[in-house]
Amino acid sequence: MKFHCSVDVRLKPGLLDPQGKAIEGALPAMGWTNVSDVRVGKHVEFYVEARDQTTAVAQVHEMAERLLSNPVIETFAIRGVEAFAGLTFEDRP
Amino acid sequence: MTRRPRIGVITFPGSLDDRDALRSVRFMGGEGVPLWHAEHDLREIDAVILPGGFSYGDYLRTGAIARFAAVMDEVRTFAARGGPVLGICNGFQILCEAGLLPGALIRNRQLRFVCRWVDVRVESSRSVLTEGLASGEVLRVPVKHGEGQFVAGAGDLRRIEDEGLVVLRYCGRDGAVDDAHNVNGSLDAIAGVRSEGGNVVGLMPHPEHAVDPDLGPTGGQPMFASLLASALARV
Amino acid sequence: MDQPLHLALGLTDDELDRIRQTLGRDPNPNELAMYAAMWSEHCSYKSSKVHLRRLPTEGPQVLVGPGQDAGAVDIGDGLAVVFKMESHSHPSAVEPYQGAATGVGGIVRDIVAMGARPIALLDPLRFGPLTDERNRFLFSGVVAGIGGYGNCIGVPTVGGEVHFAEPHGANPTVNVMCVGIAQADRLVTSAREVHEGSLLLLFGAATGRDGIGGVSVLASRTLEEGSEESRPSVQIGDPFAEKLLIEASLELVERDVLEGLQDLGGAGLTCAVSESAARARMGADLDLDAVPLREPSLQAFEILTSESQERMLAIVRPDRLEEAREVCARWGLSSAVVGSLRAGGGLTVRLGGNVVAEIPARSLADEGPEYYRPMEPPLGVDEVLDDDPTFATVEVAPEAALRSVLTSPNIASKRWVWEQYDSLVQGGTVLGPGADAAVIRIEGTLKALVLSSDGKGRYGALDPYLGAAHAVAEAARNVSTLGAKPLAITNCLNFGNPERPEVMWQFAESIQGMADACRALETPVTGGNVSFYNESGDSAIWPTPVIGMLGLIEDYRLLVRPGFSGSGLPIYLLGETFPELGGSEFAEVVLGTLAGRPPALDLDREALLQRLLVDAAAADLLDSAHDCSDGGLAVTLVESAIAGDTGFAANLPGDVPWYVTLFSESASRAVVSVAPERADGLEELAVARGVPFSRLGETGGPRMVFDGLLDLAVEDVRGLYEDAIPRLLAG
Repeated sequence: MKFHCSVDVRLKPGLLDPQGKAIEGALPAMGWTNVSDVRVGKHVEFYVEARDQTTAVAQVHEMAERLLSNPVIETFAIRGVEAFAGLTFEDRP
Repeated sequence: MTRRPRIGVITFPGSLDDRDALRSVRFMGGEGVPLWHAEHDLREIDAVILPGGFSYGDYLRTGAIARFAAVMDEVRTFAARGGPVLGICNGFQILCEAGLLPGALIRNRQLRFVCRWVDVRVESSRSVLTEGLASGEVLRVPVKHGEGQFVAGAGDLRRIEDEGLVVLRYCGRDGAVDDAHNVNGSLDAIAGVRSEGGNVVGLMPHPEHAVDPDLGPTGGQPMFASLLASALARV
Repeated sequence: MDQPLHLALGLTDDELDRIRQTLGRDPNPNELAMYAAMWSEHCSYKSSKVHLRRLPTEGPQVLVGPGQDAGAVDIGDGLAVVFKMESHSHPSAVEPYQGAATGVGGIVRDIVAMGARPIALLDPLRFGPLTDERNRFLFSGVVAGIGGYGNCIGVPTVGGEVHFAEPHGANPTVNVMCVGIAQADRLVTSAREVHEGSLLLLFGAATGRDGIGGVSVLASRTLEEGSEESRPSVQIGDPFAEKLLIEASLELVERDVLEGLQDLGGAGLTCAVSESAARARMGADLDLDAVPLREPSLQAFEILTSESQERMLAIVRPDRLEEAREVCARWGLSSAVVGSLRAGGGLTVRLGGNVVAEIPARSLADEGPEYYRPMEPPLGVDEVLDDDPTFATVEVAPEAALRSVLTSPNIASKRWVWEQYDSLVQGGTVLGPGADAAVIRIEGTLKALVLSSDGKGRYGALDPYLGAAHAVAEAARNVSTLGAKPLAITNCLNFGNPERPEVMWQFAESIQGMADACRALETPVTGGNVSFYNESGDSAIWPTPVIGMLGLIEDYRLLVRPGFSGSGLPIYLLGETFPELGGSEFAEVVLGTLAGRPPALDLDREALLQRLLVDAAAADLLDSAHDCSDGGLAVTLVESAIAGDTGFAANLPGDVPWYVTLFSESASRAVVSVAPERADGLEELAVARGVPFSRLGETGGPRMVFDGLLDLAVEDVRGLYEDAIPRLLAG
């Protein structure tokens, strides 16, 4: 079965986020003076071929832990692991 | 005649300063040994350098993909046996990702790449990069990176400082550490750290671009001399 | 849309007729798309060719002249230097980061396609004033893009220049020059023997929809309001793939498995295949089904004209194919045989087994149209020239004038820019950005390349002939000042819409100025690039011919640097100062006028000065040398003081107004300092070479003293000079 997976990776709370700070600095100048605590993270999407959803989730968890995030500075959240019936580009004849 | 120390330099896809590291090893009297990321073979070297560059384009995170290269298994074993391992810039980032060094490197505070000659102060002589150097000594070397801001969680940072794992800090010409000279906003102006054993060292500056007097200041010479001496001690 | 397809693609009715004649039938849409790309201004040089022929292109040092991917120059020891400059202005106006980044990628592949290792990049840039927010956005985006790409591929960015002027606001000028080195006998040129049946191996990135119509639409027409619509034409760069592509390509050259190598840039696969076939005087079969795609369902014309980045095309003998593909695989690159060369001149393209295009390769690559477009000087040009500011009433005090000039972003330090570029990688940089020219040593020798890029915006706006001639002279002087002999140039010719007679006149004048200067200074043109249509609405950029100069110094240890290096050294001005403030920085920022005649240029005097500088350096007579140009003598002295962290005391002649002495931009001058015991030697040599000189004063101390006029601390002035651009960027 094919699963569409998405993972969010974020900087740990408390760590300085220079990109977030820059965005936070720019927004008031554009009129949004009501913004605070901007944090920039990553959103990663991919497909996984697995026996069932439990297996897929377990694999995604391991990928996120070992490669997609760096535990020293980041946390991750699995946003979704959903069965996917369509064709991806890789499936083209 | 004493044997020249064999210093390996690993080329990952996207490594850029690998040739420069090899050239500097030779300039300082060592034997430069090119190593390839995909091979489980360190070719009987006495020390290994992970050079600067943009391995795998720095995609995902700096060093995140290179740490899984085949050769890294060998580096890990080599380090565990006390072998001298030096990570320069991207090499430092890889060593942090691999967990061989504490902390992590994120985008520069100013959000821009910076290529600049800076001064760094030696904080610890207990490393293969700074053996024979006195604490407080100031060396001039260049930095060139977009993601060199050293960070660590509060607990980790305390441990790094308490255990004296900081090897180099950014400073002024007189050795004073202040915010103006902290070129990328690193915590505690940390430019380089070591492992507990002192045999694994990482730094953001590029000592390999500071050995040849025809090209500029030579703050990298004593660092390479120290690395070569450490390597020789193992022969 | 009821516009006929050929017009929508940018082809004229006449051009369509020519195509019909060549094919003996109506072209199908795929063929039209191929012609539109190859016959675009960008690819065919149809408006510029007739003028470019006036440029001198020959000399004993020239190994490869114009017409190939890049020019090549012999530097002895069996080594060839390959170099070229290109524009990526149009994409950068739409998306500054990616536009500039992919510009770097493209020029680097041009150098690699010659079989040379890229060893240096220079970036001449022009933007609108930094007081405008959009200009700041474009400026910082372009600089970040150049750094983001160049830094990641391990080619040092060692020089360039940045200027700011209103006409470059809507249309920034983004040029990139790349320099490479190769064994002369390993150059991959069209002189290589190519065999029938040799395979076309496409390697690198997969092909996607990006950049379709890039050359015909984006680079060959003016940008209209709302250029966001052009965004699909902008390519995204992948510098990591480029780095792998460089290494794989050079390994293929090293192993000698290639009969030819082409980069895929403008007009994509169509250009690479038709040029490869045309150069070999052969035809080719091209199988689009074999092209690796990044997304499904690309149509034939899309695959043919896609400008997806980081792709190369190699011509390989069948018996070396496996080896070539292994090299690609080792570097993590995919490769695919997409066709082969065959006798006859036809290019046959197939998709799904059907022939989708059939065109003589030469008609695409070599037989594009050529136009002798009408020319006419702009109205009022004489009035502007006659309105000379040289003896205007100046009510500003000297110190205030110096401050204004030094903090003008045209003059002020560009550190903010070049600190974002890795100028050190490859370990050959003897002198990086911020000096008159950059110096890269050649490994294993004492030789060094000395590289400079120059363009003279205001001069060209006032007098395009003089502007271009000055650009050549200054580029050569910058190289000579360091002690190197100027060898040859490349160029990037940035202009407005060639269909306007005033623009075409500017172009023709510029070419003549460049040709005359190149002849006088014996620096032939080895190639370059023309970028037209840099205008929107009725606002065109200034005529901007940018010169990339290659010089050679035989022993880099004899290099002369710009900074004052110690106390008590006599300072000389070589050359003469005339009352010439037309088009000067002083006239613009202090008097607020762009008018008058640019400084005269006597090319014989220029050649004499340059010979003196080179000979004096070779005789080790000079302690420092700095070209005297933008901002005049005052700026030259200040820059030498800042660079060497050493002040000076200068006496100024009393017979001309102070502002002429300080800020006139007379040509053919340099400021040098010498050890006291060598002063006589320098004076004798100057007399022998027929170069007038005057002793200005002496180096030393922490202050810069212009006798009776100015007395400033070096440290304070450094602050002004260094902080000007960061301050403007802070808004």
